[in-house]
Amino acid sequence: MKTEIPPRLKLALYGLLCVLLIPFVFPTWWMVTSSVKPISDIFAFPPQLLPQSYDWSTYSRVFELQPFVRQYWNSAYIAALVTAGTMILSSMAGYAFARIRFPFANTIFMVVLLGLLIPSEVTIVPLFQMFLKAGMVNTHWPLILVPIFGAPSVFATFVMRQFFVTLPVELEEAARVDGLGRFKIFRKIALPLARPALASVAIFTFLHSWNLYLEPIVFLSSADKFTLPQALTQYVDAYGGPMWNIQLAAATLTALPVLIVFIIAQKQFVEGLAHTGLKG
Amino acid sequence: MAVAEDNAPSEGRAPSPFWTIARRDSLAGFLFIAPQLVGIVTFVLIPLGLVFWYSLHEWNVLAGTFTYTGTQNYRMLVEDGSLVEVLGTTAVFSAGLVIFNMSLALLLAVLLNQKLAGITVFRTLFFSPVVVSLVAWTIVWGFLLQKNGGINGVLQVFGIEGPNWLRGEVTAMISVIAVQVFKNVGLNMVLFLAALQGVPNELYEAARIDGAPRFKQFRRITLPLISPTILLTSIITIVGSLQVFAQIAVLTQGGPGLSTTVLVYYLYQQAFQFHFFGYGSTLSILLFVIVAVLTFAQWQMRKRIVFHEN
Repeated sequence: MKTEIPPRLKLALYGLLCVLLIPFVFPTWWMVTSSVKPISDIFAFPPQLLPQSYDWSTYSRVFELQPFVRQYWNSAYIAALVTAGTMILSSMAGYAFARIRFPFANTIFMVVLLGLLIPSEVTIVPLFQMFLKAGMVNTHWPLILVPIFGAPSVFATFVMRQFFVTLPVELEEAARVDGLGRFKIFRKIALPLARPALASVAIFTFLHSWNLYLEPIVFLSSADKFTLPQALTQYVDAYGGPMWNIQLAAATLTALPVLIVFIIAQKQFVEGLAHTGLKG
Repeated sequence: MAVAEDNAPSEGRAPSPFWTIARRDSLAGFLFIAPQLVGIVTFVLIPLGLVFWYSLHEWNVLAGTFTYTGTQNYRMLVEDGSLVEVLGTTAVFSAGLVIFNMSLALLLAVLLNQKLAGITVFRTLFFSPVVVSLVAWTIVWGFLLQKNGGINGVLQVFGIEGPNWLRGEVTAMISVIAVQVFKNVGLNMVLFLAALQGVPNELYEAARIDGAPRFKQFRRITLPLISPTILLTSIITIVGSLQVFAQIAVLTQGGPGLSTTVLVYYLYQQAFQFHFFGYGSTLSILLFVIVAVLTFAQWQMRKRIVFHEN
């Protein structure tokens, strides 16, 4: 479909793209600008695309009303641990399923793939009971252990396996002749080549953990344990109505850092996600 | 990982008769997959067994009773009038989501596959909601969809009186679908874009020489060649749609009435708000069966509709 496009059609295409873009870009713009509007202006008519006056106190209220720094740290360290753990486990398992011949490998792979069929929502009741018995309710353990070892990691393993299958075997055979053990081959040869696949595993694992909502509200009950998604919904007034401008300020603080990282590294992001694993 | 090194004798040593290369490889293989296998057994398979076991029990958490009742929860499932409505809602939500998501993703991918200056900027912008925190995104939309919110404000500028989006049954459903689609359509979009770029240009050139119009080229060349991607993304999107929870919890709490109460949300309410763990487990089994059947059905369809495998 790549032919030269006549100028008039080009203009129409740009116009169409800009219109389609509105629901994708406007909410973020509206979030950031409304977070600094005084409460009297946030429902003003006509809508203010730029704030007419600024009220930065919303941002200090975010930190006064809840232990927001602590909650930020909770989300960040949980996501970091889950991402690192998943990368290690899924690359090892994916490598073994792709490369090493061992008894029952295919059966075990099918068992592991079952995890794709069983979303964590299905097992949330027994998981809650298990962590209750282990004394881990209202701790971060369920949010760390389940994603690394449970169903969410299966997709990562699948992506890694698909990647390692496509790596030329010759590279490793040369190393084996030189007397390298399996683990060294994995560490020194296969893993460095797997960087693009690892990057995409890292991205979707991080986003998955960062966005987790059902699990935190099931497992966590005290404000200093909350993760960000859960904390955002807690900025409500005495009647349970949302304090919009403060919620939006907290939402901005939650969304912007990841968005900025994404814009800086967008090429790796998009291409990483598009070109690894899923095509196989 | 260190264990793998210790247990497998290094190759520098003279090979002992027991540790043949095949045996060493088997051991390494098992050690590599052990953490994941143990994890799947502990956090997926045992819980799946437990959830089935729980579903055969009447479980009153407050009274501390746990009594075997056989299939009673399953009979309740059939007689639960709300559940019929919930399943209807789930079907409408998932169908609406998949259709809207897939067609928008395909449209955007085709548009972004054109040779235009600055097209990567558009690609980045369309993709950007994927990386915005889900609850943050949902909160902003909740704010926009208020009766006096941004969307109705803009409509009013054009003299249109907008509805109270989240309070009407139909508009609430449309809202939760739209919020979810705009959040995640970027993922399917880049997958389609990658697939489109994989279609060899010669095919289009040949078609042009034969005088095939653009639409026909799209139907006869593009669609068949990207059908494996369409199938894969539709499986991921459908299974994903059955897991949507945060958006419903934040935007509508399943309301008004049961009009946006999808199965996962209903399950959460029964188990964790009303403490019916037994019935909640039965609903989990139902969710599992639905996911399994849908995945299996789509996988079977692969043989019929997907043009090209490999």
